[in-house]
Amino acid sequence: MKDLPDSAERRANLKGLGCARKRVEDARFTQGKGNYVDDIKLPGMLFGDFVRSPYAHARVKSIDASAALALPGVVAVLTAKDLEPLGLHWMPTLAGDKQMVLADGKVLFQGQEVAFVVATDRYIAADAVELVEVDYEDLPVVVDPFKAQEPDAPVLREDLAGVTEGAHGPRRHHNHIFTWEQGDAEGATAAIDGSEVIAEETIYYHRTHPCPLETCGCVASMDKVNGKLTVWGTFQAPHVVRTVASLLSGIDEHNIRVVSPDIGGGFGNKVGVYPGYVCSIVATIVTGKPVKWVEDRMENLMATAFARDYWMKGRIGATRDGRITGLHAHVTADHGAFDACADPTKFPAGFFHICTGSYDIPVAYCAVDGVYTNKAPGGVAYRCSFRVTEAAYFIERMIEILAIRLGMDAAELRRINFIRKDQFPYISALGWEYDSGDYHTAWDKALKAVDYEGLRREQAERVEAFRRGETRKLLGIGLTHFTEIVGAGPVKNCDILGMGMFDSCEIRIHPTGSAIARLGTISQGQGHATTFAQILASETGIPADKITIEEGDTDTAPYGLGTYGSRSTPVAGAATAMAGRKIRAKAQMIAAYLLEVHDDDLEWDVDRFAVKGAPERFKTMAEIAYAAYNQAIPGLEPGLEAVSYYDPPNMTYPFGAYICVMEIDVDTGEWQVRQFYALDDCGTRINPMIIEGQVHGGLTEALAIAMGQEIAYDDMGNVRTGTLMDFFLPTAWETPNYQTDWTETPSPHHPIGAKGVGESPNVGGVPAFSNAVHDAFRAFGLTQTHMPHDHWRIWRTARDLGLHG
Amino acid sequence: MIPARFDYHRPDSVAAAVGLLQQHGDEARVVAGGHSLIPMMKLRMAAPAHLVDLQGIAALRGIEAGERIRIGAMVTQSEMIAHAGLAEAAPILAEAARQIADPQVRNLGTVGGNVANGDPGNDLPALMLCLDATFTLEGPEGVREVAARGFYEAPYVTAREEEEILTAVGFDRPARGFAYEKQKRKIGDYATAAAAVLIGAEGGRVVSASVAMTNVADVPVFSAAAGEALVSTDCAADAVAAAVAAMQGDIDPVEDNRGPVEFKRHVAGVILTRAIARAWSRA
Ligand SMILES: Cc1cc2nc3c(=O)[nH]c(=O)nc-3n(C[C@H](O)[C@H](O)[C@H](O)COP(=O)(O)OP(=O)(O)OC[C@H]3O[C@@H](n4cnc5c(N)ncnc54)[C@H](O)[C@@H]3O)c2cc1C
Repeated sequence: MKDLPDSAERRANLKGLGCARKRVEDARFTQGKGNYVDDIKLPGMLFGDFVRSPYAHARVKSIDASAALALPGVVAVLTAKDLEPLGLHWMPTLAGDKQMVLADGKVLFQGQEVAFVVATDRYIAADAVELVEVDYEDLPVVVDPFKAQEPDAPVLREDLAGVTEGAHGPRRHHNHIFTWEQGDAEGATAAIDGSEVIAEETIYYHRTHPCPLETCGCVASMDKVNGKLTVWGTFQAPHVVRTVASLLSGIDEHNIRVVSPDIGGGFGNKVGVYPGYVCSIVATIVTGKPVKWVEDRMENLMATAFARDYWMKGRIGATRDGRITGLHAHVTADHGAFDACADPTKFPAGFFHICTGSYDIPVAYCAVDGVYTNKAPGGVAYRCSFRVTEAAYFIERMIEILAIRLGMDAAELRRINFIRKDQFPYISALGWEYDSGDYHTAWDKALKAVDYEGLRREQAERVEAFRRGETRKLLGIGLTHFTEIVGAGPVKNCDILGMGMFDSCEIRIHPTGSAIARLGTISQGQGHATTFAQILASETGIPADKITIEEGDTDTAPYGLGTYGSRSTPVAGAATAMAGRKIRAKAQMIAAYLLEVHDDDLEWDVDRFAVKGAPERFKTMAEIAYAAYNQAIPGLEPGLEAVSYYDPPNMTYPFGAYICVMEIDVDTGEWQVRQFYALDDCGTRINPMIIEGQVHGGLTEALAIAMGQEIAYDDMGNVRTGTLMDFFLPTAWETPNYQTDWTETPSPHHPIGAKGVGESPNVGGVPAFSNAVHDAFRAFGLTQTHMPHDHWRIWRTARDLGLHG
Repeated sequence: MIPARFDYHRPDSVAAAVGLLQQHGDEARVVAGGHSLIPMMKLRMAAPAHLVDLQGIAALRGIEAGERIRIGAMVTQSEMIAHAGLAEAAPILAEAARQIADPQVRNLGTVGGNVANGDPGNDLPALMLCLDATFTLEGPEGVREVAARGFYEAPYVTAREEEEILTAVGFDRPARGFAYEKQKRKIGDYATAAAAVLIGAEGGRVVSASVAMTNVADVPVFSAAAGEALVSTDCAADAVAAAVAAMQGDIDPVEDNRGPVEFKRHVAGVILTRAIARAWSRA
């Protein structure tokens, strides 16, 4: 060959898999040129705003909107009575329950939507909200899921009176939603009872909220001339929203267009269908004018999808030398006023049965009781519907507690019980098939990176110094080895409202060798436009810089289930690779025609097909693309396009080893993260820089959750943490430095071996931070205390252990 | 998050501002940096029909840093931190102000707004008590001086009459030993407890001591007894303990999301102990 660049150089030019390519999205975001829902302004647009309940439980005796309607600029005030004739005063949730759109006779949580005011101006709408007079009669409030199950507990869901069969089996109490079980109850109990050492503890994962930078909102616009409804919104699953909107409104699905523009963070908060969307749609249909509704920060924190509120009672048994014999979990799940999770139908507690974690546990059982309380609905955020985060926190706490009971080092206990590399694919006691892993290698790498032995020595010295009165600070070493389960999921057992959880990619190669690809997912900051182009670059030989990625417009993108649960790479990423392979297969036939050889005589080399044994005879993908449009090739249709709908054969199982070193001031409860080491194994790494960014962000969320962030209620059901003054959102100042690292164990069933990483740091980070707090006090007898570990709770722990002298 | 309707005024003199306050009575509020008032308006906890902006009044801006220090009400917290003369004359100002919120808030939030606001969570009021500052108020009846130590009456209730404007704060160059120690949950948070301490020393003994506390009662707390407990001592452990005990007698914290009363009392003690140690080391 003459002057042709070699394969490596051509490969580098593609910026494909493994390239730390800069995010193509950032040019617009860093210049303030993003296009978010609230940036959309349409001629004649009206604005909606909610009257919300100040009470957590009350009867709505009357609503008087006359003063509001008299305010100039007010167009309408919608109440449940107005929606009832349309059958829209209630709507189905994504978990088999139903939910009020506007208060129908009573309110069940503080901040619940009572009336929807529509006005010509955002300010007038807010003024009118103040003028709507609602007469409430307060009812007894229950915010404790255990009290909610007492026989004489207040009846919350009067609409369910007499309903003894719920969406997930029998209901045994008026505030009971479901009981869901997995595994071998008797076997687990027997194994644990017969163990030499047993640890038993209740682990609470408090209620928190992802608080995305952009709150939820939409613009709904009904074009009465062509009968088309367009809804722009902060939707993590635009296609599902279209289907739901069609089913609810009766408008044919082809007449609905749903668009997710730029989204300022989702984290599951934007998966659900909210009353604001329904009311905006009704309002645009009624008024014939576009209607915008965007909630404010307090509304977002008080009323939209939260995360957790899981009381997990665990029992774990082991032999004296540390081999785990069995695991038993019973969970009380506080779902709030409506069960508005977004679960696959078969899994009302998501994938909580991943709770055996990274360990080879011979027998296990878990049961989850879902309960109604007077709190906001919607456990969707931060993997809440999938319950993987809860499961990881549960097992990583139970391991620590078991280590205490055994008098054993917690790192060693983990090592003894890890699923070994040679056991993969591994079927867990609760029925999952883990695709691949190499936990021992990751663990040893992590321990070595932080000089674990040295840290333990330092910690022991610190304890001695503390006892001698020379310091008031303790040192905690928080360990975690988590196993995630992502990429929902196989259509045979994963669905949302009956829609299988496949995903899709459609790619068109242009004649000059650039391309556009559209996916059924939607980025909310994950950088899809960057990474999906990289997958395609490696598959098709078209440089990533010449590939446009588009998502979020249901009129143009192929149907997909959206972005949450770290599913985009495992599912849509796979569809992307498969679509790319279809392109390549057709390209090979075109190349064979052009080179006048048989298909099988060609081999793929980075960006071209070359004749085997004669590499100077080749056709690049750009040349092939051109030929696809300008030559009549016998037996082949013109053009170069492909669509792939990917139904994953299995979930993927990313894992990681995190270690947190924390200083704790026993007198003030203040803490400081001295070191945080995070090793992630997400299979094939598409873009290391994006992975690092995802890990930094997720760890910072985890820090917030573990160390102070909560949605707290008082006994009256008032939200105590409804503003950013009290709701902890870390700034650069609170955020520690993170040391990231990796191993790479590809998924055997994914076309490119990628597993997904978006949520790993949140899943693994929370136990790492929390374990560090617990570990600091281990020498003084602490086994379990609940998050969030804010100053006063840490102080209380120290006080209760007698450390204040 | 959407404030109620209001009219906006931007007078260019104190007299004109006072005139507007007289004209509109309790319908009017002055706005300085807006970083306490505007959040309250967005929550509709305040809904003044007339907002009188002080930004256009040049006379409210100067800083004098001689033996007597005088800071105009509209000096921003950032300007106070950056001022070389103040850094030399009263370094406690910058140490305290740096612990207020974040740079964005401090770039707009003013000294006058912080002390006039009357929120026990504000940091500058306790500092002013510690410094024994006087506030200059100008109203329809003319100009008067009020001692900071007599200014704070109840949450958001001060000795300032509704038609008066706080034009400046003034105090004598303080003692050498200083510290402002604050515990908070995060950047942008008000204090769980904070302590302002000034100590003057001669020959290894305390000759003057002043102690004030932030956010541990419904008003900022000047603890004369805590200061007295330090005078004539060498700030050894027993003297510090006595000062802490005296301070504990003067505070009255309430439970909130920062924690229960017992915790806050404990933290107030720890914070004051640390503040005394630092102030003493600089005295
Ligand atoms: C996120 C956040 C965090 C904060 N954290 C802290 C903190 O940690 N510590 C702290 O001390 N403060 C904190 N603040 C408050 C901040 O310092 C405010 O700037 C300050 O309290 C008020 O000053 P301002 O100039 O903004 O006054 P404004 O908000 O304009 O006014 C406050 C009040 O004082 C009145 N007023 C203002 N100026 C005058 C005057 N010259 N004469 C008479 N009345 C006047 C107004 O009418 C109003 O009632 C925080 C604010 C925010 C938004």
